[in-house]
Amino acid sequence: MAESGVTDGLCNTDDIERSKTEGKELTKEEKQRLRKEKKQQKKNKEKNDEKTSHEGEKKKNKKKKEEQPAGSASQPPAQPSPKAVPAPAPPPPAAAAVPVPASEAPAPADKPAKSKADLKAERASKGKKGDVGQPAPTGKLKAPPSELQPVVKRLPEHVQVDNPEVVKKLAKKLERQQIPLRSDYGYKVSLFSHLHQYSRKAPLTQQLGIPSTVIHPAIVRLGLQYSQGIVAGSNARSVALLHAFQQVIRDYTTPPNEELSRDLVNKLKPYISFLNQCRPLSASMGNAIKYIKKEISNIPSQCKEEEAKIKLLNCIERYINEKIVLAAKAIAKYSIEKISDGDVILVYGCSSLVNHILCEAFEKKRKFRVIVVDSRPRLEGREALRRLVQKGISCTYVLISAVSYILPEVSKVFLGAHALLANGYVMSRVGTSQIALVAKAFNVPVLVCCETYKFCERVQTDSFVSNELDDPDDLIVTRKGKTQLEHWQKVPSLGLLNLVYDVTPPDFVDLVITDLGMIPCTSVPVVLRVKNVDQ
Amino acid sequence: MRPGLHEEWGEIDLTERIEAFLSDLKRGGSGTGPLRGSAEMARETTALLRRIAAQARWSNAGDLMEIIRTEGRRMTAAQPSETTVGNMIRRVLKIIREEYARSRGSSEETDQQESLHKLLTSGGLSEENFRQHFAALKANVIEAINELLTELEGTTDNIKMQALEHIHSNEVIMTIGRSRTVEAFLKDAARKRKFHVIVAECAPFCQGHKMATSLSEAGIETTVITDAAIFAVMSRVNKVIIGTQTVLANGGLRAVNGTHTLALAAKHHSTPLIVCAPMFKLSPQFPNEEDTFHKFVSPHEVLPFTEGEILSKVNVHCPVFDYVPPELITLFISNIGGHAPSYIYRLMSELYHPEDHEL
Repeated sequence: MAESGVTDGLCNTDDIERSKTEGKELTKEEKQRLRKEKKQQKKNKEKNDEKTSHEGEKKKNKKKKEEQPAGSASQPPAQPSPKAVPAPAPPPPAAAAVPVPASEAPAPADKPAKSKADLKAERASKGKKGDVGQPAPTGKLKAPPSELQPVVKRLPEHVQVDNPEVVKKLAKKLERQQIPLRSDYGYKVSLFSHLHQYSRKAPLTQQLGIPSTVIHPAIVRLGLQYSQGIVAGSNARSVALLHAFQQVIRDYTTPPNEELSRDLVNKLKPYISFLNQCRPLSASMGNAIKYIKKEISNIPSQCKEEEAKIKLLNCIERYINEKIVLAAKAIAKYSIEKISDGDVILVYGCSSLVNHILCEAFEKKRKFRVIVVDSRPRLEGREALRRLVQKGISCTYVLISAVSYILPEVSKVFLGAHALLANGYVMSRVGTSQIALVAKAFNVPVLVCCETYKFCERVQTDSFVSNELDDPDDLIVTRKGKTQLEHWQKVPSLGLLNLVYDVTPPDFVDLVITDLGMIPCTSVPVVLRVKNVDQ
Repeated sequence: MRPGLHEEWGEIDLTERIEAFLSDLKRGGSGTGPLRGSAEMARETTALLRRIAAQARWSNAGDLMEIIRTEGRRMTAAQPSETTVGNMIRRVLKIIREEYARSRGSSEETDQQESLHKLLTSGGLSEENFRQHFAALKANVIEAINELLTELEGTTDNIKMQALEHIHSNEVIMTIGRSRTVEAFLKDAARKRKFHVIVAECAPFCQGHKMATSLSEAGIETTVITDAAIFAVMSRVNKVIIGTQTVLANGGLRAVNGTHTLALAAKHHSTPLIVCAPMFKLSPQFPNEEDTFHKFVSPHEVLPFTEGEILSKVNVHCPVFDYVPPELITLFISNIGGHAPSYIYRLMSELYHPEDHEL
């Protein structure tokens, strides 16, 4: 009986594999079939656990590997596995699933070529460990997150630009979702050929029809604001994203024969792809999207549409309030203890959190002065300067190349963060690591302020593997009527590099101030673990 | 009759030249006049000093040294940050001392240098007042200054020729701002080897852009980065090669701002830092003179007047130079070869006489 069930499953999985490799979306029937097979699998597994039959193992191998993408297709929010943070949100499981079966398809095909005797010998040498290892991953898909998981991480698409297969698959996926593909611009420095480089003058919306039927207009507007740099800074981007999603939810109506919890998640996928094309998603945005998807899929099916929508809108409001607004208040409270009278505080660029802290400290009548360090080409420090001067704080302004001149006067350095990685590295605006380096050389304490919703499970040791390349034309400047780099595109051996982020090693950072308290940089994975268990 | 410059008609020409030179110095430093490289400045100073030696009235070495010292003080006061001027003056003073000693027939070593032994044993011997008159002194001095000029003209070539010893193929070299010496160095190496150069643009003047265009036109793979990305890309860099404005007496540098950050980043990644500096940049100053070390230009470069409403409430600084301590430097490449920073004090004693350190 096990055999017949398994052979039936074999034909079905072949079909499904074929449709996957062709790039078609799994239809509802196929998905249901997969779910049935999984249930059968569990029954078979319990029967065959003591048996060591070859065919059962062989088919199980195939099924397990196909189930993993199927499993992930139906439960993206519940899976807390340590995938790369942008991965759960932008490259929907369909894209992730497509490369996996493509590599699996040859593998099962090879297996029947081996004789049963060979396989038995192999397995005998591997021992029972092989048996347990294969059923284990499927079992652990539903395991509580506190157990260690041997799940293979899938690389997000936006760091595999130099792999033509991945680029083709992304193009196919976007075509299916009816979103235009944004093309790279200009000569890319060879060290960064694995990243995208877009031009600000060619926004994605030029290729969209008006009105766009697939993408909600609030999302189109948001995407344009991101790509033109009108909304910048990780908190601002996250809040704008959440407000746009609120608008989407308000305008949403469930189509007949569909459940809100599943359909809304599917509706959000093309929006996320679109936003990702406009500007790669930040870590904080990734976490916010994960939260929303989880909330949506947790809506019970008997809930009426109006109630569900109100519930979701309240969820989002609460998220913004707790994670961003109240967190800022808590961080300000902790930081004010660290600011004493007569301090000279150095800040870099424009971090909304650090500005908030300084304004609060000034209102609490602390006497200090601020040195704002800025860098080309974004010159974000001028915005910070305006906000601080409006409050009445006495400020000094320099460029980053003068930081070793000004540092002997400084008593503390406050830095903002874009994300905090699980190995303790701080990912922030390019130039932050430099400031931390020079501050360390002058023995000035460096404090990083970061909300917990920006904590990220990724690890990274240098600024190359995962970064963002901004428009290279921003580096061109006209001085005294002469523009040196005007024709840089014509010169074949000249490249311009405009990095957006860099990572600061934890030994440069003395303290991280979060809404949970003041922790050292190395405690980030502890916080992540605690948060996951709570959720 | 006191020897001086202002006696005859032919000397008015000399005075005019000196005044023109001084006003050039004053203007050049504030960024409004034409920008000159240090080599050019050194050549002009030496040519002017040769003219003074040829045309001014002096009867003995002491008078000539007095004249040169006076003019030298005026020149260094006109533009304190332009140290090459002062260096050339000290070189010429040393030349005069040497020529005088040679004419007198005594060996240079024992007379010129102070030593504890001399101080203890011979109290009054170091009263060298250079008052003896030698007929051939003028010609000798002018000939020696001509040699100095030839040496100055050959410095860049001498440094260039050492390029292939230090650069291998497929290297990634980082530099900052614009240095003519480094440019020539890299272009010479590029004739035989293929490598990649990363140039930090060095805001606010963005001299790095000019350097990058010039290097890429010579066929070198160049990338321009912002100052903020120096630490981020440093992990992929094999060598850092920079130029400098001045080499200080302790082996430290006075270089364009941003160089200290670059040196710290290189130290963190254990990347060698090579400084290409010809000998005329070596100056007997120490970095502790706070009021003369830094030079500032208009803060308009940093925060333009278009940001009017906050401009009046904010302090803005635009320093031009950075101090780099000698611990961060690996090697100096000069026209007489390569040296460690700890050797600089010795070279200085060969170039300048200790009594000339204060003009």
